[in-house]
Amino acid sequence: MFEALGFSAPAFFGQLLLGIINGAFYALLSLGLSIIFGLLNIVNFTHGALYMIGAMVAWMLATYFGIGYWPALLIAPIFVCLFGIFLERVFIRHLYQLDHLYGLLLTFGLAMIIEGAFRNVYGVSGLSYSMPEMFQGSVNLGFMFLPLYRGWVVAVSIVVCLATWFVIERTSLGSNLRAATENPKLTEAFGINVPRLLTLTYGFGVGLAGFAGVLAAPIYSVSPTMGANLLIVVFAVVVIGGMGSILGSIVTGFALGIIEGLTKFFYPEAANIAVFLIMAIMLLIKPAGLFGRTS
Amino acid sequence: MASTVAQPRAEAANRLGMSRQHMIYFGILIAVLVVSPFFFYPLFVMKTLCFALLACSLNLLLGYGGLLSFGHAAYFGAASYITAWSARDLGLTPELAILCGIGASVLLAVVFGSLAIRRQGIYFAMITLAFAQLVYFASLRAPFTGGEDGIQGVPRGELFSLIPLASERTMYWFVAIVFMLALFLMYRIVHSPFGQVMKSIRENEPRAISLGYHVNRYKLRLFILSAAFAGLAGGIKSLVFSVATLNDVYWEMSGEAVLMTLLGGAGTFFGPILGAAVIVTLQNQLAPYGAWITIIQGTLFVLCVMLLRGGLVELFGRIAGLVRRSN
Amino acid sequence: MRESSTELQVHDLQGWYGESHVLHGISLTLNQGEVVALLGRNGAGKTTTLKAIMGVLEKRSGSVLVEGRETIGLPTRQIARLGVAFCPEERGIYSSLNVAENLRLPPVIKPGALSEEAIFDLFPNLRTRLRSQGTKLSGGEQQMLAIARILRTGSRTLLLDEPTEGLAPIIIDQIAVTVRKLKQMQFNVVLVEQNLRFASEIADRHYVVEQGRVVDQISGSEFVSSRSKLNKYLGV
Repeated sequence: MFEALGFSAPAFFGQLLLGIINGAFYALLSLGLSIIFGLLNIVNFTHGALYMIGAMVAWMLATYFGIGYWPALLIAPIFVCLFGIFLERVFIRHLYQLDHLYGLLLTFGLAMIIEGAFRNVYGVSGLSYSMPEMFQGSVNLGFMFLPLYRGWVVAVSIVVCLATWFVIERTSLGSNLRAATENPKLTEAFGINVPRLLTLTYGFGVGLAGFAGVLAAPIYSVSPTMGANLLIVVFAVVVIGGMGSILGSIVTGFALGIIEGLTKFFYPEAANIAVFLIMAIMLLIKPAGLFGRTS
Repeated sequence: MASTVAQPRAEAANRLGMSRQHMIYFGILIAVLVVSPFFFYPLFVMKTLCFALLACSLNLLLGYGGLLSFGHAAYFGAASYITAWSARDLGLTPELAILCGIGASVLLAVVFGSLAIRRQGIYFAMITLAFAQLVYFASLRAPFTGGEDGIQGVPRGELFSLIPLASERTMYWFVAIVFMLALFLMYRIVHSPFGQVMKSIRENEPRAISLGYHVNRYKLRLFILSAAFAGLAGGIKSLVFSVATLNDVYWEMSGEAVLMTLLGGAGTFFGPILGAAVIVTLQNQLAPYGAWITIIQGTLFVLCVMLLRGGLVELFGRIAGLVRRSN
Repeated sequence: MRESSTELQVHDLQGWYGESHVLHGISLTLNQGEVVALLGRNGAGKTTTLKAIMGVLEKRSGSVLVEGRETIGLPTRQIARLGVAFCPEERGIYSSLNVAENLRLPPVIKPGALSEEAIFDLFPNLRTRLRSQGTKLSGGEQQMLAIARILRTGSRTLLLDEPTEGLAPIIIDQIAVTVRKLKQMQFNVVLVEQNLRFASEIADRHYVVEQGRVVDQISGSEFVSSRSKLNKYLGV
């Protein structure tokens, strides 16, 4: 069928898969941003830098300590989470009473410091991270070849996203979070430690970014600048999806990755700007975003 | 006797439409510009003026409109490219080339601005950032921009087909005069009825709406004005350095513009000029140290947000207050 | 050393909203098993007093003793954990939580809290609405839920802010029944009320609040004889 339309199935599905993988990263990052924004009212510009730290930690573990992928998948997010908790306690928490823009400016500054520090040591060129052995190679699905690692990335991202959604929507920890988001003062009047909840939420949100960083290490080039360009696209994703709903962030992330992938296949020149154009269209039709609520 | 001496001065202030204090500041600025070429490299001062203009344009939107644009590089850089291309490939004289550049910025601002103002606050900032990135990617691909190399060898040409701008001295005076004129124009805008409306929108938007103002129209007008000044800065910059590059449209440029405004004092009129001077000096001194510039700029961001939200203007104000109190 | 039956002792409580000085020295006591009402006009400072006791007010000074323990400097969550529970005027039912989650949100603070079964006995309506979104409930049901969830915590001192506001007379009667049961169960209640009839039927003592001060105290038995005085206070 595809041949009749004039293009090859493996090429199409290959590009589609790349799109889904990009979508996985968009979803993981915009999920973290949404959670942080929902509770802390901070647009976390540091998110990209923390994603980069996740990848760098994985690389450093491998290069300096010979620690492989699987431990890194656990250690790096935890490290990023702890670092995030440090940032929240020392810097971010002082801004909650202020205009939201200050949070953006502060996290932007922190991102610059982090990126600059890593750039100083490692330059701008990419560092290579080797693919874990069990994922090397591909499996032939008939209509395309599925590289094992990429399949893993998609699968684990979906699992992590859904698990996050489950915790937030279906557990008592999640209800504490949702309550604190809606009415922090009243929630605290029930005896719930809202400041600690804020700290942990920030830690978790950036932990997701760190996790994404480790996932990215074997397939994307690990470099100090890897976070910045990705983050700007994620911002556009977040504007399209609206930061109101958890499921909305996940769905929008994957959907935009897929659309970007398809654009790359049919009209490669526009691939880079596809997400921004969709954002422009969304602003015309429904400024609040697909899943957003106009406040 | 004293009153008759005082009167002409007061009248002069009213005719220009500014307070005595502001006249003094403008006077100081002019004096500094006249004297600078004897102390500093003209190129350095011109660079400062370009970025000061960019920072002031951002401040117009942020300080007086309450809108943080994180994508002003789009207007700065687009003008830079169009001016460079007009001057080099179309052979336009500098003033026409700059006007073309501003035209490009204004065009972009009309499109981007009308979409961006549909959201507020943080969303607005993110949208402007995203649009600027769109311009970046377009600039990367567009045939006339020269991709990674940029547009090089831009001739400064002859102003009004009469005055060659090749010499640093002549170019300096051109830039200085244009800067002062632009600044004065900005001052008049801020203190005009339009500026008053923007102020009321910034302070209490729901109230402005209830008073019948088409708030979005005002915001868009301010956005376009701001982009025009940013475009002027970009156009001049490409003629001063004879080059337009991807840096001009990169998000870091937007971030630096915000930093200059914040560091100098957002919402004050002259603050951003101060901020630009500090940052350009910093970049010059730290040029051999590579990524340390980024680290220090990030640190300045953090320090300003945490400790000194009013920027240097606030700092000087506080010091002046302390000095006054101890006397 | 406190009398063993004084649950809440407020002395010269001052409160500010930002620069605005709204409480000018509230003093009151609440004994064990008592229901005490705060009466007064709109804007007199009744709700603000409750918020100040709960620690939700931005700035406050004076003395608030909960079971003999000074709480004026404590953050809200610690005051809650001492056994004081707040039921706000707007009820504060979360729209992003369903009824069951709203009910279970406040953590259990003290032993001897009502079990969920006991709560459902008190408020049978809630049992069938557990999966509904919190704000889909009617006003009366939301009020029941707001009271129910603080009963689950084990707090013995309840601050109820206008529980009957905006409710139909039939529902008000139900709430009256509920508060009477709470009194029987030896809960300590501070009640802010505009509805004089409701207050008179329930409260043991009444404080009249005017412009951030307690200007009078009326015992339950004196209520009828003081009616005209009260009407003057309330501008009725």
